[in-house]
Amino acid sequence: MLATKEYEDIEKKVLQGERLSREDGIRLFHCHDLAWLGALADHVRQEKCGDIVYYNVNCHVNLTNICTSHCEFCAFGRDAGDKGAYAMTKEQAIGLVREALKDPDMGGLHVVSGLHPTWSFEQYLGILQALHEEFPQLYLKGFTGVEITHFAKISGLSVREVLEKLKAAGLKAIAGGGAEILSDRVRQELCPNKATAEEWLNVARTAHQLGIPTNASMLYGHIETLEERVDHLLKLRNLQDETHGFQTFICFPFLPKHTKLGQRIKQTSMWDDLRTMAIARLMLDNFRNIKAYWVMLTVPVAQVALGFGANDIDGTIHKENIMHDAGAESPRGLSEDTIIRIIKEAGRVPALCDCNFNIIRTID
Amino acid sequence: MAEQKTTAVQQARAKAQAGERLTKEDALALYEDNDLLFLAKCARAAKERASGRNVYYTVNRHINLTNICSSNCPLCAFQVEQGDKRGYVMEHDDIAKVLEQAKHTCHLSEIHIVSALHPDKPFNYYVDVVKQVREALPKADVKAFTPVEVVNFSKTTGKPIREVLEILQKAGLDSLPGGGAEILSDRVRQIICPKKATTAEWLETMRTAHELGIRTNCSMMYGHIETIEERVDHLLLLRELQDETHGFQAFMLFPFHPAHTKLGDEYHLQRVGSWEDMKMLALSRLVLDNVAHFKAFWVMLTLPIAQLALGFGADDLDGTIGEEKIIHAAGARTNTGITRTTLKKIIRETGYTPVERDTFYQAIVDDEEVQA
Repeated sequence: MLATKEYEDIEKKVLQGERLSREDGIRLFHCHDLAWLGALADHVRQEKCGDIVYYNVNCHVNLTNICTSHCEFCAFGRDAGDKGAYAMTKEQAIGLVREALKDPDMGGLHVVSGLHPTWSFEQYLGILQALHEEFPQLYLKGFTGVEITHFAKISGLSVREVLEKLKAAGLKAIAGGGAEILSDRVRQELCPNKATAEEWLNVARTAHQLGIPTNASMLYGHIETLEERVDHLLKLRNLQDETHGFQTFICFPFLPKHTKLGQRIKQTSMWDDLRTMAIARLMLDNFRNIKAYWVMLTVPVAQVALGFGANDIDGTIHKENIMHDAGAESPRGLSEDTIIRIIKEAGRVPALCDCNFNIIRTID
Repeated sequence: MAEQKTTAVQQARAKAQAGERLTKEDALALYEDNDLLFLAKCARAAKERASGRNVYYTVNRHINLTNICSSNCPLCAFQVEQGDKRGYVMEHDDIAKVLEQAKHTCHLSEIHIVSALHPDKPFNYYVDVVKQVREALPKADVKAFTPVEVVNFSKTTGKPIREVLEILQKAGLDSLPGGGAEILSDRVRQIICPKKATTAEWLETMRTAHELGIRTNCSMMYGHIETIEERVDHLLLLRELQDETHGFQAFMLFPFHPAHTKLGDEYHLQRVGSWEDMKMLALSRLVLDNVAHFKAFWVMLTLPIAQLALGFGADDLDGTIGEEKIIHAAGARTNTGITRTTLKKIIRETGYTPVERDTFYQAIVDDEEVQA
């Protein structure tokens, strides 16, 4: 494969299907040969998933941006009374989805919100139930490990009980956000008021035990070291060995605009985004899917990322809020036609899927 | 499992990997194969054979003398017709102001002049501009006039191309930019730019320039109405001329920006994706095996994609460009100028070595580097 001598051993391991070590991961982050790295990740993607690229036609519902966490990397969360602060009623949430349903292909919802200081778990649950009753045909993915940990704390229920109630209310999958970097050093500095690394992993583990698939993610490009990126991937890989409940992995580059942290940190380069994508594909050997989340990567990077190990490009989204508050330069939504064109130009086969990666139809 | 590749694809891949010369059939097979990262690896190796670990940049200044144009090409968003309110022409004093500013630009190595085909301005006006630049900035390289402009000078004056070039050279012209090639196919040119230089005229101008010792660049504008075969034929025409003259210094790709163009409206064209951009770059690097330098023109590509292009065969980020008007008229949204610190940082992140250059790819010693 034209590997430089220095990385021949890693290439050999990958081609033989051998697991990469922590040291291998760290070495890959020091490799400048982006084309080789990408080709290796692309080889793994091809062997594992073939030419199908998943996408979905979905709508993001962010119930509130009022949040007690005050994470330094966030531009979405606000205090009650701040300019732009909002909290949706059940009716407003239903109204938003009804509007999105003007798209006849709308398949599902992605519900992620702030940790509201006065809402009870029952309120969140009530809205989820209402959405499910009103729109039984839409698959529901929602709530990150951070929100679920918060629900357990404010309700006095266990994480398992919270998850059981959400599942009974119609939840089909759990969103991958809130993992940030699974290192308590990093979390103490950037997001001390929310779920710890252990708590986040525990939500994922418990959900998997209950048969609820979850996604996983990494927010990188801020104060974390490259070693911490690798350790983060290994924590996800270890849990996946145990449960096999993670469906897809999402790389989130930190977007600095309008965030507190952004005053001292600059945005990652495309070079960093693509090597991180490739390394994630290589390290996460027990994940089937790797997502190129176009909202944060931008459409051009997400498209090229399909050559760096990604086989999932997320969805049409309808109207994205969280990342756009942080200055995301991508559009707020994409048409299905655009997504199909992007995938086809890369020579892959677009497959419309639900939130559990069941294929609804493939586009030839 | 990966599907079985055809023999043609396998042969082409083997040649690309070995760095052997590709035929038209090879290039088409590699295009069809669409294995972006394979092309990237081969293109990276080709880049390193041509320019080692170096990635070049330059401090230059663009001057677009006028946007009033008689050729009215459907592909263009820059030109306006005479009498249009948006029309402008830079006269002696306007140019003097830009040059005065340029004099105070540290390390300025090149003035790049590309303009519309003004219906009334005589050839002498352009010759005087070259003299004016030469006089104001005796050390800067004057890179001016695409073959399309040179052919136009030849037509308006009745002088042969060689004589036009000789007059410009005598006035102080050092090199020609690579624009106006678009797609070197008269079928395509009839549709996208019917009134300007034909394929033969464009190539003839370059050949003559090279014979006179005037170095030039070359380019391709893709992603409009051309076929893939026409893209490959274009690259092969350039390769053939280069074998003959060795006068091309650098090649650059212009993805077509359809916004605000007649061509885009009429054919409902959309900007090709970054996948296609990277693929064409890598494939061009492999086909044009006799051109040393490949530019990632960041004004068109955006800075992040230009950086990425360094992993796909490019070895030159072009310049810190004062103010660029032509591509921005077609909706490019990049900043109109960046600093050399930014360029150097971007290059270092890719593991390559930033080298500040002049027009002729000679390294310029960087004071900041020496101090550091």
